[in-house]
Amino acid sequence: MSEQRDLRVLIVEDEAGDARLTQLALQKCGFAVDTSVALEGLEALQLLRRQGERFRHAQRPDLILLDLKMTGLGGLGFLVAVKEDDQLCSIPVVIVTSSQLDADVLDAYRCGAAGYVRKSADFGEFLAGIRILGQYWFHLARLPVNLG
Amino acid sequence: MNATAQLFAILLVEDEAADAHLVKAALAENHILADLHHVLDGREALEYLRRQGPRYATARRPNLILLDLNMPRMDGRECLVALKSDPDLADIPVVVLTTSAVERDVLASYKLGAAGFITKPLDALQFIAAIRELGEYWFDLVRLPQRK
Repeated sequence: MSEQRDLRVLIVEDEAGDARLTQLALQKCGFAVDTSVALEGLEALQLLRRQGERFRHAQRPDLILLDLKMTGLGGLGFLVAVKEDDQLCSIPVVIVTSSQLDADVLDAYRCGAAGYVRKSADFGEFLAGIRILGQYWFHLARLPVNLG
Repeated sequence: MNATAQLFAILLVEDEAADAHLVKAALAENHILADLHHVLDGREALEYLRRQGPRYATARRPNLILLDLNMPRMDGRECLVALKSDPDLADIPVVVLTTSAVERDVLASYKLGAAGFITKPLDALQFIAAIRELGEYWFDLVRLPQRK
């Protein structure tokens, strides 16, 4: 079981509406998690590395939910950067995306994704998916303890 | 394709016969239809995955690997390093399934590329529930890499 404090989830998603929907789904499933949102990969890396005044007090997430199709660094670029960074590579990154391309799935796992979830357009279905995701990561799996 | 070819393939790397039996029983109990192959340590796992020797010439590539940590000959940590540094095997998700609850093992496993760390529950019913949640995540929700 994971530690007693609320777990922290970072949602990296360029569609603000989709990010809010994920937050809502986590809340509706009753998971006691703190969420923060970064709208693209570089911003997410700045948050994780606490770069700049804005992120000086940012807290390290226990899990990252990552969209693939984003401008700038892109989802895969961000994933590679996290997995190549010795301070960040222990944080599991789960892809949550509308892409269904086999090549995207394979690339994501090759780059170190800890799951690839299709983003359903149907909220009920999306909610059911988030419930399973939360049961696995927040209840079943042990996550590394972060002291930051 | 025959019926077996359509099932998810799991490679279970586990030196304890009782624990391997429990995993098989838990899969059956949860009606998770999977083509499970069991090997006894990391070295045998790599031989299986690389199809070395006549015994494994036609070994089926797994969709998911369940990996114990403490094993003779080659333990789970060494096996994980070998898997994730082999470009041909690196995309297969590896979930650590162990009796260890040591924080150091959790952190090290994620750093080496594990896609989950599950401490085996001592209670049989909890063990079955754990395998159900694992199955829901990896076989119902998540898309796994498919190779032709």
